[in-house]
Amino acid sequence: MPTKPAGTLYRGKVGMWSWVLHRITGVAIFFFLLVHVLDTSLVRLSPEAYNAVVSTYKTPLVGLGELGLVAAILYHALNGVRVILIDFWRKGVKYQNVMFWVVVVVALIAFAGFAPRHLIHVFHLG
Amino acid sequence: MATEFEEMGAVPSFTVTLFVRRYNPEDGQEARWQDFDVQVHGTDRVLDALHKIKWEMDGSLTFRRSCAHGVCGSDAMRINGRNRLACKTLIKDLDITQPIYVEPIKGLEVEKDLVVDMNPFYQAYRDIKPFLIASDKPEKERLQSAAEHSKFEDTTKCILCAACTTSCPVFWTDGQYFGPAAIVNAHRFIFDSRDEAAEVRIDILNDKEGVWRCRTTFNCTEACPRGIEVTKAIAEVKQAILRGKP
Repeated sequence: MPTKPAGTLYRGKVGMWSWVLHRITGVAIFFFLLVHVLDTSLVRLSPEAYNAVVSTYKTPLVGLGELGLVAAILYHALNGVRVILIDFWRKGVKYQNVMFWVVVVVALIAFAGFAPRHLIHVFHLG
Repeated sequence: MATEFEEMGAVPSFTVTLFVRRYNPEDGQEARWQDFDVQVHGTDRVLDALHKIKWEMDGSLTFRRSCAHGVCGSDAMRINGRNRLACKTLIKDLDITQPIYVEPIKGLEVEKDLVVDMNPFYQAYRDIKPFLIASDKPEKERLQSAAEHSKFEDTTKCILCAACTTSCPVFWTDGQYFGPAAIVNAHRFIFDSRDEAAEVRIDILNDKEGVWRCRTTFNCTEACPRGIEVTKAIAEVKQAILRGKP
């Protein structure tokens, strides 16, 4: 039956989707770090090459990417604390659901503090 | 018969559509969905609908069930995307305006239709030594206080249905992972004051494929038909490993 999916997606709840998001942000941060290590190591090769590469980062597109990077790090860091508490705090399992929403709210507040300042720099509005 | 029920005004009946995942290793075809319109009563469970299909519509439909009352743990399957026992899932509790999707549990090889190969699951269970290990000879009963018992009471409820293990994203991609059910049954003995081999089981689970593969997705806790707090039990074993004792 071609119209039907090849098996349904498992309908997990907050626990599963928070883990999926944790994995996605983790992989994204890893690839950023990979690029970051490569471009920083250019400075040992030749400062001119380093300057050339870094100057290409000063575009709105990369600026928006940095916004995404900060969002990913905020979520990954805070949810990482949640995972540690689930494993090693006696009541962590009981409050895992609440803790997820605390992570979301704290991440949003921190992001709201960062995003306007960053966007002003990116689009030279200041 | 239908009119008899209507006259009694007792149990309402209605038609539901079931999409069942079919697979026959002998016909050379891939797994596919097959739909059945089934007349069911308001008190029926998904298992009753599967019985009706097998007994009245298509005898080739293959699934496991033994006691049919939530004790033996034979009929774990994925119902509307979540692992459930078919015998404990009332159809009226599902959204019956939509078709009900029934498919085999994930991560174990499908043998036919809803039947999977449970051997890897049982092997992980055997590996954690699910039996009392004590050095003295049992000349009288081994006494235990209520407080001592309460430490592992929750994990004695396991019926080995595999709903937890096959709801675990880690187990889907890494069949070597012991899985929630094996850890639950290890927990049952690790925290039992009468048992003397907690360190042995802790050592078995302090492995690359042991408790540290748990990513706390809580799918297992949500899937357990016995209401065992599986993720909590796994976390307690993690903490026991760090302490080196229960």
